Formats: sequence, C-alpha cells, structure tokens
Amino acid sequence: MLSTLNSLFIAAVLAGTPLLLGALGEILTEKSGNLNLGVEGMMFMGAITGLAGSYYYEQAVIKSGGEPSGILSAVIALITAFLAGSFGALIYSFLTITLRANQNVTGLTLTIFGTGFGNFFGEFIGQKAGGYVAVSSTTKAAFSKLQIPVLSDIPVLGKLLFQYNWLVYFAIFLAILMAWFFRKSRVGLNLRAIGEDPSTADAAGINITKYKYIATIVGGGICGIGGMYMSMVTTSGVWVHGCVSGYGWLAVALVIFATWSPARGMLVALIFGGLTIMRMYINIPGLPAQIYDMIPYVATIIVLVVTSMRQSKEHAQPKSCGLNYFREER
Amino acid sequence: MSRNVTAAKEPLIRMAKRDTLTPQKAWGIRAIAFLLSLITGGLLILALGHNPLSVYKSMVIGAWGSQTVIRETIKLSVPLLITAIGISFAFKMKFWNIGGEGQILVGAVAAGYFGLFTADFIPKIPLVMLMILAGMVAGGLYGLLPAVCKAKWGTNETLFTLMLNYIALAFIKYLMNGPWKAKGSSFPKIAMLTQEARLTKIFGVHWGWILALVLVVVSSVYFTKTKQGYEISVVGESNNTARYAGINVSKVFIRTMFLSGALCGLVGMLQVAGADYTITEGTAGGVGFTAITVAWLAKMNPYGMLIVSVFIAMLERGSNTIQTNFKIPASASDLLIGIILFFMLGCEFFITYRLIFRGKEEHHA
Amino acid sequence: MNETADCAVKMHHVTKTFGKVVANHDIDLELKNGEILALLGENGSGKTTLMNMLSGIYFPDHGEIYIHGKPVTIRSPRDAFSLGIGMIHQHFKLVDVLSAAENIVLGLDGKATVNRKEINRKVKELATRYGFDIDPAKKVYNMAVSEKQTVEILKVLYKGADILILDEPTAVLTPQETDRLFAVLRNMKADGKSIIIITHKLHEVLAISDRVAILRKGEYIGAVETAETNQAQLTEMMVGRPINLEIDRPKVERGPERLQIIGLTCLNGDGVKALDNVSFSAYGGEILGVAGIAGSGQKELCEAIAGLYPTIGGSVLYTGEHEGTPIKERILGLKPDEIVKKGISMAFVPEDRLGMGLVAGMDMTDNVMLRSYKNTKGLFVDRKTPKKQAEDLIQELEIVTPGVDTPVGRLSGGNVQKVLLGREISLSPSVLIVAYPVRGLDINSSYRIYDLLNEQKKKGVAVIFIGEDLDVLMELCDRILVLCGGKVSGIVDPKTVTKEDIGLMMIHVNDSKETKKEVGA
Repeated sequence: MLSTLNSLFIAAVLAGTPLLLGALGEILTEKSGNLNLGVEGMMFMGAITGLAGSYYYEQAVIKSGGEPSGILSAVIALITAFLAGSFGALIYSFLTITLRANQNVTGLTLTIFGTGFGNFFGEFIGQKAGGYVAVSSTTKAAFSKLQIPVLSDIPVLGKLLFQYNWLVYFAIFLAILMAWFFRKSRVGLNLRAIGEDPSTADAAGINITKYKYIATIVGGGICGIGGMYMSMVTTSGVWVHGCVSGYGWLAVALVIFATWSPARGMLVALIFGGLTIMRMYINIPGLPAQIYDMIPYVATIIVLVVTSMRQSKEHAQPKSCGLNYFREER
Repeated sequence: MSRNVTAAKEPLIRMAKRDTLTPQKAWGIRAIAFLLSLITGGLLILALGHNPLSVYKSMVIGAWGSQTVIRETIKLSVPLLITAIGISFAFKMKFWNIGGEGQILVGAVAAGYFGLFTADFIPKIPLVMLMILAGMVAGGLYGLLPAVCKAKWGTNETLFTLMLNYIALAFIKYLMNGPWKAKGSSFPKIAMLTQEARLTKIFGVHWGWILALVLVVVSSVYFTKTKQGYEISVVGESNNTARYAGINVSKVFIRTMFLSGALCGLVGMLQVAGADYTITEGTAGGVGFTAITVAWLAKMNPYGMLIVSVFIAMLERGSNTIQTNFKIPASASDLLIGIILFFMLGCEFFITYRLIFRGKEEHHA
Repeated sequence: MNETADCAVKMHHVTKTFGKVVANHDIDLELKNGEILALLGENGSGKTTLMNMLSGIYFPDHGEIYIHGKPVTIRSPRDAFSLGIGMIHQHFKLVDVLSAAENIVLGLDGKATVNRKEINRKVKELATRYGFDIDPAKKVYNMAVSEKQTVEILKVLYKGADILILDEPTAVLTPQETDRLFAVLRNMKADGKSIIIITHKLHEVLAISDRVAILRKGEYIGAVETAETNQAQLTEMMVGRPINLEIDRPKVERGPERLQIIGLTCLNGDGVKALDNVSFSAYGGEILGVAGIAGSGQKELCEAIAGLYPTIGGSVLYTGEHEGTPIKERILGLKPDEIVKKGISMAFVPEDRLGMGLVAGMDMTDNVMLRSYKNTKGLFVDRKTPKKQAEDLIQELEIVTPGVDTPVGRLSGGNVQKVLLGREISLSPSVLIVAYPVRGLDINSSYRIYDLLNEQKKKGVAVIFIGEDLDVLMELCDRILVLCGGKVSGIVDPKTVTKEDIGLMMIHVNDSKETKKEVGA
C-alpha cells in the first residue's frame, strides 16, 4: 500500500510537471490582462520544435562523426521550445495588443494553428526521417531521472524528492520565482496593476504595451517548454501524433484551480497530475477509469463557481483579462 | 527617463479611429489580407519544396473537382455552418460559448442512444425525429448549465464552457470502453448504426445540408426581426440596459444558451446519423472551435457564415488531396486555416483604425 | 516670448482632434510659477483633453509645449512625471486590489523589490506633512471616495511633482471637504507648487484661483486676473454671450401623493447597508431634489424604486390611475416589466445613460422602442411606430443627429440625454426619476433639461431629481432630501436653509434634527 502511494506520488509529479509549466506560462500571461487560450497550440509548437531541435542537433553531430552531448541536446531542446512557444505568443500579442483583435478568438485560432504546426511538422520530419522522429539514447538519458549525490540516496525521501528529471526542478524553481516576482518585485507589482486596471497603470507611466508583450511572450515560451516536456519526457523523445492533445486545456483549468497563484499551482499540478495517472495505480471497483479524466475539469468548474459566488476580489482572474486596452479610445 | 528635446517631435506611428469606411474599401482590405495569407502559406509550401500554385490548385480540385469530392466538401461544411450559427446565438449576447465541442458530443451521445438501442422497434421517421430531439435537448441542457451559473453568480462562461468540452470527451471515452462497447470488438469502440437510424441522402449528401440552409434563413430572421433577437442584441450591448428595459437577463441568457447548445447538439446528431454512423472521440473533431472563428469572421451574419464555412471545408477536404498528391501531411489544413484566420483577424484593425505616420499632416474634409 | 521662463507651463498653438471632432483648436495657455490657475469652461469645452496632453495621455496633433521655458515632447505619462507634472484625474486612477502605498509607488523607478514597510512609512510621513489622515496599507476597494482622492493627491506629491493638475476635484466632495482641499492647495502653493484646477463652478474659481483661463468649444478665449473679474464676466466668456443664470422654479399647486416610501433598506455588494431605513413621499407637481456626497445611496435609491436593485426591507406604495381607474400598488420587489404591467407609468433617467438608459451601438429607432417593444403582439418587433416616434423626438427636442439610423453612441452628450429624457417623457409618466441629468452637458443643454423637467412638474408629474450641484438643486427644487451614508438626514425647503446647512447634513445625520427640519411631509 505504502509503496503504491509512493509510486503514485512520483508518477503524479512527473505527470503534473508539464501542466505546471503550461499553467505558469498562462498565469504570467493572464496577469498582464491577456487571456491566451492558445496554450494548447503553444505547447504543441514547443513539443515539436524541442524534439526537432535535439533531433537535428544529433543528426548534425553524427554526420560530422562526433558524439552528441546529452546536456547540449537538452539545452537546445529547451531553447528551441521556448522560442517556438514565444513565437506563437508573439503572433497572439501582435494581433491582440497592437491590432486589437478579440482575445478569445485569437487564442483559439492560435490553438488551431499550433496543433496544426505540431502535427504537421511532426509528420513531415518523420517522413523525411523515414517513418518517425526519435532522439537517440544520449538525449533520452539527459531527460531521465537525475542521480544527485547523497540526496538521491536517502532512503524513501531520496526516491520521492530527489530522483526526477531536471525539468521537474526547473518547473518548481520557476513557480517559486514567479510567486516571488508577483509578491515582492517592483516589476511584478506593475504587471499586476496592468492586469487589474490598465488605464490606471498607464496613467502611472507604466509602458503597457511593452509589459503586455513581454509577459505574454515569456509566458508563451514557458508553455512551449511544457510542451517540450510532453515530447521529450512523457513520450520519451518520440513524436506521437497529437501528443499534447488536451493537456493545454488542462493547464488552463489548473490556472483557475490555483486561483492565479503560482505557489498554489504547484500543489494543484500535483493533484491534476495524480488524477491523470491514478487509474494505473488505484483501481476503485465500480469507478470506471475514464471518470478520473473527468475529475480535474469537474473540480475546476466547482472552483470557478465557488469563487464567482464569493465574488472574491483578490483570488480571481485579473479584472481586465480578456479585454484589450487602447489609450486614445474616444 | 532622459528628455531628448531634439528627438522626434511625435511618435513614428500613431493611430486614430476612422469615421466610417465604405463597404467597398472594407472588403478591399479584407481581400488584400486574404491574398497576403495565401502568399504566406505559399511561402511555407515553397520552403517545403513544392510549387505553391500547383498545391493550391490541387486543393481546389480536391474539393470541387468531382461529384464525390463536392459531396465530401459539403458534408464537412454542414457541421461547421450549423455550429457557427449555434455559437453566434451566444456570441451575439457576448456570452462566450466555447463549449461547442462538448455540446456536439453530448448531442451525439443522446441521439446515439436512440439510434443504437431503439432502432429495432421504432420506425425510421419517428426514430430520426426522436434522435434530433434528443440531440438538441441534450446539447441545449449542456449549454444551459454555464448559463444558469452566469445568470446566478456571474460565473465566467468562457472557462466554464471550455471545461465542459473535456468532461463530455471523457464521458464518450467511458462509453467506448465500457457500457456501449461494441460486441465482439477488441478495440474500445461503439457499434455502427443500422440503416434504420441513418439519414437519407439527397443529391448524395445526408439531408442535413438542407436543414443547414434553412437554419441560415431562419436564424437571420430571428436575429433581425423578432423580439427575442432584439432582446439578445440589447443584452449583448449591456446587461444593465437590458434590466432597465424590463428584459429578464437571466431568462435571455438561459433561453439563448439553450438554443445555442441545441443547435450544437443537432450537429452531434447529424454527425452520428449522417456522417460517421457511430460515436468516437473525434465526433466533434475541433468543429466547436473552428466554428467560433467562422462565426467571428462572418461577424455573426448567418449568410456570411455560409460562405466562410464552405471555404474552410474546402481547405480541409483539399488538404487530403495534397497529402496523396504531394505527401504534404493533412495537418497542413489546420496550419493554413490558422494563417488565414490570423490575417483576417488582423485586418479588421485597418478597417476600424487608420495609421498616421510622423510628419504626415492630417487633412479632413 | 521673453516671459516664457517665468512660466511653469506654456502651451502654444495646441490642437487636438478626435476623428471629425476638434477637441482643442490652436490653444495658447500659460501657467505662471507658483500660481493657482483655474481652467474654466463648460462641459465639452476641451478642458480635460487639453490637460491630458500635459499629462501624456493624449498627444497633440499640432503645437508646442514649454515647461519652465524649455520646449518638450510629452509622449507618455512617464514623460510628464519626469517633467514634474502630476495630474489628479476626475475618475480616480487607482488599482482596487492594491493598497494605498502600493498605488502610490506604482510605476516608479527604484529598487527591484518593493519594501512594503518602507513605502508605508514614507507615505505616512508625506501624508502627515500635508495634514492628510490615511492608512497606507488599506486596500483601495475598502476606501471611501474622499480617501481615494487623498491617495490620488499623495501619489502626485510622492513623485515630487511641482506642477499639479486637478480635474474637477470638488465634484465628489461636500462643501466642508472642499474647503479642506482648498486649504491644502494653498499650502502647496506656499510650498512653491504651480497648480491648475479644472472646474465649471464659478464660486470655486473665485475662491481659490489667482488667474482664470477660459475655454469655449475647444477654443481659448482668454485669461483674467481673478481679483479683477466677477461671475457675470466669467459666464459671458464661458458661454459666449450674456446669460441669465437663474433657474426657473414655477409655482405649481402641489398635487396628490404619488409615491410613499417607507423604511427602504438595501445592501451593497459588500453587505454594507447602502440604504438604511429611507422614508419619504413624492407628490405630483413638485420637484423633489436628492442631495448627498457621491455614493451616499442615490444610485441604489432610484434603482430600488425602479425595480432594478434588490432590497431587504421597506415598502414603496404607488398611488395613481390607469385609464380612469385608480391604482394603489406596492411596487417594491417588482421587476420593471412587472411594474409596467400593473399599469404604472414611471419613467427613469439613469445616471449611466449609455450603459443603462440607452444602447450605445443601436440606432435611435431601436433605442426608442427599448421600453415599449413588448407592447405589440406577436413574435416580431414593430419598427415603424418607434421610427416615427424617433423622428418626432428629433423635431421636438432639436436633437442634432445625422438621422434615426445613426447609433446613439455617436451623438454628443447633450443629444444623448435628449434622446433618453425624450423617450421617458413620451411614456407620459406620473412619476419621473432623473439621476444627474445635466452631468457632462453644456449650459444650453442643461437649461433645456431644466425646462423640460419644469414642464413635467406643471403637468402634475412627481419629479425626483438626483443632483450633485447644490446651487442647481437649491434653485430648481421645491424640497430637498439629503442623504448621508444611506440614511435620510433631513428633508428641507431650499428657500429656508443655506448651502452650508445642507453641506453639514450631507456628512452628518442628526436624528433629533430630522423631525424638526422636515417639511411638507
């Protein structure tokens, strides 16, 4: 029983990490007042480019007769995925911030575009590679669990806390950093003001356009990294058609459940991650496995309804979220 | 902040709202944007090592070249069109129903229930009527849920309807794996409908296309000529004004969202009984999302939606052909739709605003 | 210009247009060092637009701006701060979920982290220096209006502004609070700061300013020394011709009681009583004014009577007749359409004209039928009758519009109000509730509105007038009900009390006085 719980915890952390990354990206985006429903699309874009980055790097090194480095391969995957996610977010930002297109529609279009982007290039590169894309064992090793001296060897705890792949620690670090950023930093305070009340922030001399662009693009990049996690860790460096499908939306749900707080996001990611894999560990008789898939969404709806009933001012979506801001409106 | 007095006297580019643009000019701008999007897509095709013109040509032929493909194209546009009309009911009152996917799925399940399990003893016409009714009621009720919460507590409907999509999807997976699993199948799938439960074809396509055309006219009249349509517009502009005018905003929310969901549920029924003859995870297949962009691009005008949905169906059908002819993966259609939509969304800005470049004086009449 | 260097601000040939509307045309304005300049003009004369170009919100189409003699380009609010310009907007620019101190340091350069303790201390210090009382850690959504204004002023001072612009700062204050604000302004002036105060209230201009600059319809008319001018001259400069500022109060025999309100109580969103045991009566043939500082329950009062705001207690009794038969109905808790169904004709001109009374994006026809489209039978709307009605309104009230097909949101403020009031009057009501009907209107339109209200009064309608300008209330109304924090602090006869009396009642409920001062009940 205890060992089942332990392995459930570990699996939940692993499954929750891409959700946490997607949610962190979306929290940063929404804090600037942009509701980007393109998370799924940006994750798809990050998933394929991260994989492609590693794949092409390896191919190039092997062709020139060298030995690919796992760390370099991982860094390349990280950077390309971030850039791809940012690119998606850049399109979104340009359309909504500069050209003032509707945020909902633009975000959904980004999801359509990004899903197409991921699957298209996944198949296309696969065709060129003669069937499917897969990275070598070197890169795979770079994305498997770490062996930290001393810490990883602590009985039980070592396994529970110190034997994950590096992206897990990256995501946790990012969540803590973001929590600090919103709570303590000056730039974070300014960003929150923009999300709540852009005309006030504008009158205070904050460059709305710059902040919105940067927050949305960096947020998109983080979503891209979340997607890269799917293709590099979850599917072990092999392109699987539609591999991100649904996870982007789950990340959006996570943002709501965590009531726009990065710190709570870590906890919720653990819960959501647990729910997505629970059926493999705990079989409750009479409860069909697919019902587990439903729980995160049902739970999110409950949170959504409860917060709206309470009309909480502080644990809610930033007030200007979904609305574009134009200073000389008249 | 440094003050550079000699620097530019005014920003490089400023923007100002246009007064009004003639419809011709507005359409001109849209045409240019559309052309630009095709060029962008063409550059992408070029980068893949194909001739864009022959790929585009092949797409058009793939969608309109023969009677068979024309039927396919129309079959693809029917769900898009009806869902777009359904969604525009909600969008007109600024209720962001992005739960079309889920409403389609529950409509499919409800219709599928009768199609799968009552086809033996109910004759065809009452059966189909029953399936339509079931699909619409199920879709409508599914749409009602977020509307009730919005009316009561102001719950954010964008996120609510979004979540409902995935609940419906998980439910279908459950049905496929469990109670509705086809007998003797090793795969999790639901059985095919018998002939009795399938829709009759007219000119080679299930009669849903006629229904879709009727709905275009009916919804257009509903929006512009009826009291309920007027109420939707008032609620969409301002909830406060609506309450002031004695309009029961909650009632309008609930009634309209029921209609919106019901039309999406109808699509689910048509997909099950007219196109797929079974229910799968792909029954909605992104239609609920694509339809939103259809409705938006058509500015909620049902006739406009007719054109846009047929166009998008053409892209989807055509990309199957280019997959066979050029080995370009069929996901290219999503990519291309995305690019075209980006351009169309962006160009609206140039219809509403004009840019003033530095040094250029403004001349007004 | 040889005297340019003495000027804190000099605007030269400044022009700003919005689409076809010329908001400011070729304006020259000077603010001398260490003076208080009143910028006077009617609503819509372009005062706020002009000042927004100093604060970096708008960018001028033409013209130059000099600060302390140097030509400058103000592209953003940030540019304005660095030039020492701070503007206190009429609509507060504060982020609700942040604290006072957080709002004050918002957008400032400084260390990467925000030290809450330190900024709270600094803000407290600054507040004490100028004699403000404030809790720096209090969240803005918990603040009263005057507290918010204090935060706004501190925000500007904290940034070290030496040129202050205040846009209609007294609109939300009681006469006493206004006096206190003026004392602070004089302190600041003594401190060497240069101040522009935007206003359209003449007595305030005379009380506080050193010089007055006047705008009319986007044009600069001139500037005069306050000591050498008077109300009549200022009015003439403001309006363009001598005008009789007196508001007519026709003598009409008071009619029967139309509305009897007893113990009306309701809560606001935070569960605080927005109206607390409000009782009064409204009679036909009189205008009952309602005075109070902003947010004292005025909005809730009209909306509760009109069936738009939930109440937790009390009753509203309507007495009247419908097609010859007398009606006596308790209408509290009924929805607007249910009230109409009872045969009660009650008209309501809400404060938020385009957000509640009208639909900005719809044309006049669709707006005229807003209250009556249900009267026809069948599924379809009838647009013929309302179209005719809209055309008649344009004729009768001289509404300036390209046509009945133009969205009402595109009309000017005065014309919007005429559409709204015209539609409501065309319902031939027996009770007419108007909330801030002249806000944002120019003098001509305002007087036209007063005339329309007086006409209704003569017809025997019970008019309830929610106002903000005490001078207007005192001249127009037959009785004035004063609200304070959701309570009735008294109902007075404007002919027998002074403005200061009412000002005191606006901030203070004296239960014993309530019964004594009550008139006409």
